[in-house]
Amino acid sequence: MAHAADVHAHAEHGHHEETTGLRKYLFSTDHKVIAMQYMFTGMAMALIGGFFAYAFRMQMAFPGMDVPFYGLVTPNKYNVLITNHGAIMIFWVAMPVLIAAFGNFLIPLMLGADDMVFPRLNRLSYQIFLLSAVILLASFFVQGGAFAGAWTMYPPLSAKAEYGLAPLGSSLFLVAVAFEFVAFLLGGINFITTTMNSRAPGMKMYDIPIVVWMIVVASILFMASVGPLIAGALMLFMDQQVGTAFFDPDKGGDPVLWQHLFWFFGHPEVYVVLLPAMGIVADIMTVFSRKKLFAYKTVLYTVFATGVLSFTVWAHHQFVAGIDPRMANIFTVTTLLISVPIAEMCFVYIATLYGGSITLTTPMLWALSFLATFLIGGVTGIFLGASGSDIYMHDTYFVLAHFHYTFVPIAIIGTFAGVTFWFPKMFGRMLNETLGKIHFWITIIAFNCIFIPLFVLGTAGDHRRIYDYTNFPDSSLPWMQDMRVFATYALIVMLLAQPIFLFNFFWSLFRGPKAGRNPYRANTLEWTTESPPPHGNWPVDQLPTVYRGPYEYNHPDSKEDYWPQNQPA
Amino acid sequence: MSARPIATTRSAAGLPTGRLAVWWLVVSEIVIFGGLLASYIMYRLAHDAFAVQAAHTNTWIGAFNTLVLLTSSLSAVMAHTAAERGDGPKAARLLWATIVGALTFLAVKAFEWTEEIQHGFTITSSTFWSFYYCAAGLHASHVIAGAIVMMFVARDAARNRELHRVELAGIYWHFVDIVWIFLFPLLYIAK
Repeated sequence: MAHAADVHAHAEHGHHEETTGLRKYLFSTDHKVIAMQYMFTGMAMALIGGFFAYAFRMQMAFPGMDVPFYGLVTPNKYNVLITNHGAIMIFWVAMPVLIAAFGNFLIPLMLGADDMVFPRLNRLSYQIFLLSAVILLASFFVQGGAFAGAWTMYPPLSAKAEYGLAPLGSSLFLVAVAFEFVAFLLGGINFITTTMNSRAPGMKMYDIPIVVWMIVVASILFMASVGPLIAGALMLFMDQQVGTAFFDPDKGGDPVLWQHLFWFFGHPEVYVVLLPAMGIVADIMTVFSRKKLFAYKTVLYTVFATGVLSFTVWAHHQFVAGIDPRMANIFTVTTLLISVPIAEMCFVYIATLYGGSITLTTPMLWALSFLATFLIGGVTGIFLGASGSDIYMHDTYFVLAHFHYTFVPIAIIGTFAGVTFWFPKMFGRMLNETLGKIHFWITIIAFNCIFIPLFVLGTAGDHRRIYDYTNFPDSSLPWMQDMRVFATYALIVMLLAQPIFLFNFFWSLFRGPKAGRNPYRANTLEWTTESPPPHGNWPVDQLPTVYRGPYEYNHPDSKEDYWPQNQPA
Repeated sequence: MSARPIATTRSAAGLPTGRLAVWWLVVSEIVIFGGLLASYIMYRLAHDAFAVQAAHTNTWIGAFNTLVLLTSSLSAVMAHTAAERGDGPKAARLLWATIVGALTFLAVKAFEWTEEIQHGFTITSSTFWSFYYCAAGLHASHVIAGAIVMMFVARDAARNRELHRVELAGIYWHFVDIVWIFLFPLLYIAK
């Protein structure tokens, strides 16, 4: 009956036409095309951000050296590089790939819909995002150069010309960030509304795959936290260009206000990108351990708890910014509290693996390594959330290593897990497993070799803002310099491993074995259509109807070890 | 737009898709204005100098603009009622009345700002005036956006097309109205 209604609706509105050629890539409203555009834009930006890391790490290891393929890293260039490395990796890599690319690709397919509820809004969202990326890249070529005040944009450094402010670059940076936010607000409204309204007939709230839930909760978190920073960006822009007095202490403004506005968004943002990665990992783990996800509803409740708590922790970034110590106590408690739901999620995932028949495919390896590395990131966060130890650790490489042990699992490992897992669905062909595993092992070992030395350096007091330690011989011992060199070599190894992935990706795109509809014998709805799915995802009269939850593996009532959501009982 | 995906016709949550989306839009806007106004209130509580500056704003002009906006919201509600009955042309006329309210509001604002700038209270004068112009300016840009949206909706409604959009424009317009109801006491009355 539901089908009949759908078919009727379709007949009423005529055919949803597929566009071809150049028009397809400029104006297509198909969610899969937009997802791929987000993914490839994000991958291109990741190469730029990775190259920046290479340039400034070379400067740390070999101060004053002419860096191959880059040249001399002057103090100002160093600041430009670290600023834009941070901003690009978070706003133009993690956000577009984890939320926009996977959200756009998976939400309609996993919900059994033929597209988003607002396809044209979706298109607009990508176009604004692309514009924001172009504006950011343009800021490197304007007079005065790109912004160099760190990705957190703290005033007064970011607001006053006498502190070496790039006259145009700083404002272009702000405009780019603001456009990026607008793009994701539009995208988020689309994700949330689609999930609320466009589910397949029969799909109840608790039949939605975890990854969709996670992306939707992440979109809500983003929407509820980014507003103050949009207002703050407007205020900072006015300070830079008009000379208003919001953050300028000389005129009665307050620079710490910016830190509040920034981190009120900045900390929930960690969970905005974490949750989609957590969701991707959950879906991969159930498929490759052939087991039902342990405690589906508990995962949801912990996600909601994380979401609520994430709005109460932001001032732990400001323990040394002169906030009231009594307030620091409160934020210490909330920060330590938020590790509870996250730890609970990790335990739920381990319980899912327990007793399962595990296959160590490439996506599964990425998923398992996500858990292992993110755990290190989470545990080291305890040291920084407690105000007492944070005062010692603040602005050292310990903070930096902690941060990268959370964000690399999220943005790099989570993305590789998702891309290797859904590659057959995206392009209809299988990736090469051997190349995939070689790439995995080199990347994961190199990643640990970069950041474990940086933890050690941080506890020795290595300060993250120092550009050349030969100027500070008193605070650097020979073994510390050796560790910086080691970390830099590890980074080069990690970067050199990425062409293996790119080769595997593009070779398999054309030459890989055909995948078929459901190569992993998985339950969720995206596997019930062709690979790659045609325009409209399913034939108009065959849109799926849902009969059960997404994780019924090895169910006694099912003949097979999997039980697709759309199969009648 | 001739072709519509089936996804746009489903309603699993039991609410019209457009209404859901506008409410989420309002949520995101509330947080934007919330951040700005929370910053203002923190400054206002910490600095008595704000009161001295705020004394220069003209409460009567602010009150008149509040009246104009509230009246325009009334016509937006009446437009919605007309659209519910299926009377498109009447809904369109009422929407145009709302647009006239928006334009009146902007004209009064332009007059008021001209006056203040001539007396030397510019956006760079002090933190209070920075907030005054930025908050009211951001609000005014929403008034302009709302007026433009209503022009499109009224054009369609006059031909009895897409009548559900009258309600959506109305939800947004009420939000713009409510932001002003916060701005008016904060910038004009609390002296």
